[in-house]
Amino acid sequence: MSTNKEIILQGLGVSDGLKIGKVFVYKTQSNVEVPDTRAEDVQAELALLRAAKAESITELEALVAHAERTLGEEKATIIKGQISFLNDPSFYPPMEKLIEAEGWSAATAIQKTVNQVAGMLEAMPIEYMKERAADIRDVGRRLASQISGDKGQRLSDIQEPVILVAEDLAPSETVQLDRQFILGFATRVGGKTSHTAILAQSLGIAAVLGLGDAVDHISSGDLLVINGSTGECIVHPTDETISKTAAQMKVEEETKLSLARYANRKAVTLDGVHFEMAANIGTPEEAEGLLDKGAEAVGLYRTEFLFMSRNQMPDEETQFKAYKAAAEALKGKPVVVRTLDIGGDKELPYLTLPHELNPFLGYRAVRLCLDDKPLFKTQLRAILRASAFGNLKVMFPMISGAAEWRQAKAIWEETRTEVIAEGHKVADKIELGIMIEIPSAALMARTLAKEVDFFSIGTNDLVQYTVAVDRMNEKVSYLYDYFHPAVIRLIKEVIDASNEQGKWTGMCVAWRVIRLQHHCLPD
Amino acid sequence: MFSKEVEIVNPSGFHVRPAQLFVELAAKFTADIKIQPQGVEMQIDGKSVLGLMTLGLAKGSVVQISATGADAEAAVEQLSALVASGFGEI
Repeated sequence: MSTNKEIILQGLGVSDGLKIGKVFVYKTQSNVEVPDTRAEDVQAELALLRAAKAESITELEALVAHAERTLGEEKATIIKGQISFLNDPSFYPPMEKLIEAEGWSAATAIQKTVNQVAGMLEAMPIEYMKERAADIRDVGRRLASQISGDKGQRLSDIQEPVILVAEDLAPSETVQLDRQFILGFATRVGGKTSHTAILAQSLGIAAVLGLGDAVDHISSGDLLVINGSTGECIVHPTDETISKTAAQMKVEEETKLSLARYANRKAVTLDGVHFEMAANIGTPEEAEGLLDKGAEAVGLYRTEFLFMSRNQMPDEETQFKAYKAAAEALKGKPVVVRTLDIGGDKELPYLTLPHELNPFLGYRAVRLCLDDKPLFKTQLRAILRASAFGNLKVMFPMISGAAEWRQAKAIWEETRTEVIAEGHKVADKIELGIMIEIPSAALMARTLAKEVDFFSIGTNDLVQYTVAVDRMNEKVSYLYDYFHPAVIRLIKEVIDASNEQGKWTGMCVAWRVIRLQHHCLPD
Repeated sequence: MFSKEVEIVNPSGFHVRPAQLFVELAAKFTADIKIQPQGVEMQIDGKSVLGLMTLGLAKGSVVQISATGADAEAAVEQLSALVASGFGEI
């Protein structure tokens, strides 16, 4: 029952799901500098600082316990590191000194010290130091918020299922998300390709982006209905709306359950052709339990999320652990790893990508990788090492033709030789393939089929590049059609070429539940 | 005050991991512990990970470990031994 009026908002539905829940409004933790202030009462400021330190340690210790239970060892270690900084003689005592000896307020003492220590670490050319600088700033913010009383809201503090409402979510913020507590996202900005959209799709969480100023109507604690398919959000739903939504959710749940009985049956069309059904994943966690749901493989492991969810380039070890986990989770069934497919439309804080007028025709994906060999090789090394733990296949995105494929393959071979020479165990045969998403590659399929082990058709992008249409542009999105004859011809060309050479072709499709139910499944 | 000079012998030098190991050991003593790289004016607090991390001392560097307080002698002995052993990396 709500005394507030029901408000219906319209955004962009980027990830399916109908959910109703309590809102958690998240405000980005920004590094807003406050002007320096003097201590009016030095003893009082000292007391404030000491209390802030004690309170922060208590909070962080609780977070460590929570992280160890739910987020994993790596994230718990980061938080433990923050506790050790609070106890570090080079971090905390200088703050007290600034108050006692120089008469600054606690807030200013914190700010000055954080800037000095973080600044020093940021200036070092070592990844690890820059990471610690971010931790110093984070713990500094926590101290400052104790003093100012503005606790803000930390993602890691979410302890119950909520619908997250935010301006947008920065890559580093996604690290703190505990998936079991997020029912859905709703943001002010963002489009279909924003990393929040990708995150939501990867996690299978309802998401509505691009709500714009409408987001101002939503406050923490409000009840919200979010429809990730239609993009509709309802704030303060009336009892009638609530029961309508509940009924709809029940239907969706039942449909999902009824489809579950097909989980372990082979996907065979009415005319008897077997299609191997493979899942798409963005994180190794999503690979868990896939076999139980009847997936026969992972057809696409989008590695971008690993890069997008953090402040620093994921090093070889980090990547190796992720790819290994995915390989192991599939217990010998194939996992097709797609190398980094990212560009200027997504902001990575640690990679200065040029601002381009045409990011989708620009410096991204394999082009970026061929240009930044260390980046590329780090990923390839991690994949090679992980290959020993399962059945990994590798594919390169956005290949435009034979030359690019050969360059990428050469780097792969070179890296493979190095990794083996170093004594790492590497799988004997790792299939190497390419995404067909650019028309030029589709048209050259016969040449490419002789050299690659497989193709994977990126239907979404293939349609966009072929018909020259931006799916997100409402004025022209009517042209976006999987079944455009030109697209069908290109797909046929690719499949014929691969059949001719005895190679396999995979295709990325998003089946709508209803279509699947009515057209493809036997009774 | 007790002090001892010791050379950094592990291949990757006095990087993050050695710094953490050093501080873990130093924390066991009540003595005030300092590290001073040879030829440098500054003394770094031996119980500060931040301080030690940023020293960036390479293999072959010589440092002076000094301590004042009740268990200063034991502190200097054990910490120098840790550095001389290469922090278990050799």
